[in-house]
Amino acid sequence: MPYPSYMEESKRKVAETRAERLEKGPFARIPAEEREVLVNKFHPDFRKEQFRELRVGPNKGDRTPLEIADLLEGNSRIEPDRIDLDRVDHDVDVLVIGCGGAGGAAALLAEENGASVLISSKLRLGDANTIGAQAGTQACDRPNDSPAIHYLDIMGGGHYVNDPELVEALAKDSPDVIRWLESLGVNWDKEPDNSYHELSGGGSSRRRMHSCRDYTGLEEMRVIRDEIRQRNMHGRKIDWLEFEPAIELIMDDRGWVAGAILMNLETRKMTIVQARAVIIATGGLGRTHIQGFPTTNHYGATADGLVLAYRVGCPLVHMDTMQYHPTGAAYPPQILGFLVTEKVRTLGAEIVNCDGEQFIHPLEARDTEASAEIRECKERGRGLSTPTGEVGVWLDSPMIEIKRGEGTIRKELPAMVRQFGRFDIDITKEPMLVYPTLHYQNGGIHIKADASTSVPGLFAAGESEGGVHGRNRLIGNSTLDLFVFGRRAGRAAARWAREVTTGGLTLEHVRRWQSQNREAGLEAMPVSPMLLPNYAHQEPVPGFQPLGQVSAYTPFGDRAVRWI
Amino acid sequence: MAEVAEKVQLLDVYVMGKRYQVPEGLTIQAALEYCGYNLIRSVGCRCGFCGACATVYCFKNDPQLQYALACQKAVEQDMYLTQVPFFPTAAALYNVEDLKPGEGDNRLVELYPDLLTCFGCNNCTKSCPQDLEVMEVMSAAIRGDYEKVYEKSFDCLMCGLCAARCPQGLQPYVMAIAARRLRGAHLAPKSQHNLDRVKEIGKGKFDAEIDGLKKMSRDELRELYARREIEPAQ
Repeated sequence: MPYPSYMEESKRKVAETRAERLEKGPFARIPAEEREVLVNKFHPDFRKEQFRELRVGPNKGDRTPLEIADLLEGNSRIEPDRIDLDRVDHDVDVLVIGCGGAGGAAALLAEENGASVLISSKLRLGDANTIGAQAGTQACDRPNDSPAIHYLDIMGGGHYVNDPELVEALAKDSPDVIRWLESLGVNWDKEPDNSYHELSGGGSSRRRMHSCRDYTGLEEMRVIRDEIRQRNMHGRKIDWLEFEPAIELIMDDRGWVAGAILMNLETRKMTIVQARAVIIATGGLGRTHIQGFPTTNHYGATADGLVLAYRVGCPLVHMDTMQYHPTGAAYPPQILGFLVTEKVRTLGAEIVNCDGEQFIHPLEARDTEASAEIRECKERGRGLSTPTGEVGVWLDSPMIEIKRGEGTIRKELPAMVRQFGRFDIDITKEPMLVYPTLHYQNGGIHIKADASTSVPGLFAAGESEGGVHGRNRLIGNSTLDLFVFGRRAGRAAARWAREVTTGGLTLEHVRRWQSQNREAGLEAMPVSPMLLPNYAHQEPVPGFQPLGQVSAYTPFGDRAVRWI
Repeated sequence: MAEVAEKVQLLDVYVMGKRYQVPEGLTIQAALEYCGYNLIRSVGCRCGFCGACATVYCFKNDPQLQYALACQKAVEQDMYLTQVPFFPTAAALYNVEDLKPGEGDNRLVELYPDLLTCFGCNNCTKSCPQDLEVMEVMSAAIRGDYEKVYEKSFDCLMCGLCAARCPQGLQPYVMAIAARRLRGAHLAPKSQHNLDRVKEIGKGKFDAEIDGLKKMSRDELRELYARREIEPAQ
């Protein structure tokens, strides 16, 4: 689906302004005060009507997006009276819920610290947001960089509300994460002098983004997954269950987390897992489609871990702030919301409006960049509409080749070339039409620096945990977060499991939750965790809605959500 | 831009043998959902990176199997669609730390001796939804050219279609991850600046500076942030 002919004129304007843009040099950075004003006015986090206060649970009174409030206030999927906790199917030291980068790293570290480990994975082992991460992993390992400089970038990017202990951990562990992944066999891009090939990223003051072409997360994930499989084949105590997500945590009579109930997605049979420690690594929530945004996230990103933790009394932090990635595909409609890696901008692509003019520096922090695009389209009317009623601005990728030489795009961005090439768009010659897309949950389960939570026996790592990124995460810090806190969680959980014994198992907390929901008049809330979105169209052929209208099912892009 | 909205065409497709009409422009995955299927298996990142939705299809009047990622391929008239489950595999046993090749070794043939039975039918290449030259990966592996296996297989999603179509029962994608891990861990040159920094951090070189930052008020941090030097993009 190449660009429709009416877009040609705008594309021509973009091409015409390239020489001038090159000569003028980079667009000016936005001053701090202007940034605040811009973000407060245009960022989706500031649309008050899209939030409400939670009525129950440890964050009662706090505001979250409507879609997340529905899940957090949801009803349990189980009836405690019908579950026999004496019939334990698996008894392990550490249960890891979720197996992307964080869960995988946690499982490896727990195992090598002496714990027996079981992983619960909702989809296949490793099918997670990690695998779609493209740009890279930050680590402050160049001579002109330091953990202190990295620290300041993280705090500034996060609007200074980050938890300093977590930020310190993120920055200080980062070089060792790169080393560790390489020792497992990750192939990092390198310079001719054998140093790492490191690019700059939005909001980062040094070049510190380590990449594996634009398949960074894929390379990290397939190595971690292979290592888990190999250890299992060697008879080490690490195993997994696929298509068996956790639907409720189990506690013991002292109020410690002591396992989980898993559900086979196909047979609906439940599995009881007893564990001395549980690590939540369930990732993000893009598939809840907050405010109707399309998302970059994988099919299982439905905030399950937040629900599980919340129900055992674990507070969440910064759950009123989401990251909208500034460059989601606005066209073609088949890949609406699809992530166009920030690496495109770090390599030199510029963001321009329908007249080919820049309106923001291409490497501002993501909330700033996204807000500027929304302003350009909604307030100034300088975006470009698509045949399906979306709007977008241009991400002018051909500038990369002008700045860095022909062939750079194919070498550095093979995934992007392939993805757009499938729809007959050649990004080496044509720009991409982009608009903000729901990308990341900035907050999450509140953890301490060792990835433990306020509930004994419960740990969290990766996107499901919060506090480290404040109100806005920087590029390359999410894949870093996975491995920093995944490894810390694995170590801490193994240590914890060695030192404790489990008391009598109970689901009393679920009974309490249900009666509290009844008292608050919330019996009619949906059940949660959500597990999977349901995009199945209920009325196949007849009554198909014409394009450009909002219907219960939007055929292009994954917008409509119901769940079972 | 309502005036440019084109009237959508309906296409005939066949899902597990049944005929449905779906709007043109849908991906195979979205078409299945449009037909009322709520997917559990064979669906993952929905953006062409995980390989979970790798699938086969053919056309009503052309039984030749074709290969694609269901989340990336747009439906066409008279397509026969299905979902392909995850293929079972068996990998060779290894420890990555022990994979270091010696002079003249071919670790890949040691791990996967059946590699030598590849007779170059090229089915693996034809079945790759990433359009990788899988057969060249195989011949590089037979020669012990780790660098080329890494280079040519790097964009592999490990979907398993190549193994499914190999008449010799080989598993190119499983062999290739062993080769890439071998290269990453043992052949890629070490980056000394990183190892130095790991050591410095271990010795506490930056602790005092970070402790200072941790004690700063929000305003102090904001001022420091605004004044920080930004290294130009390379």
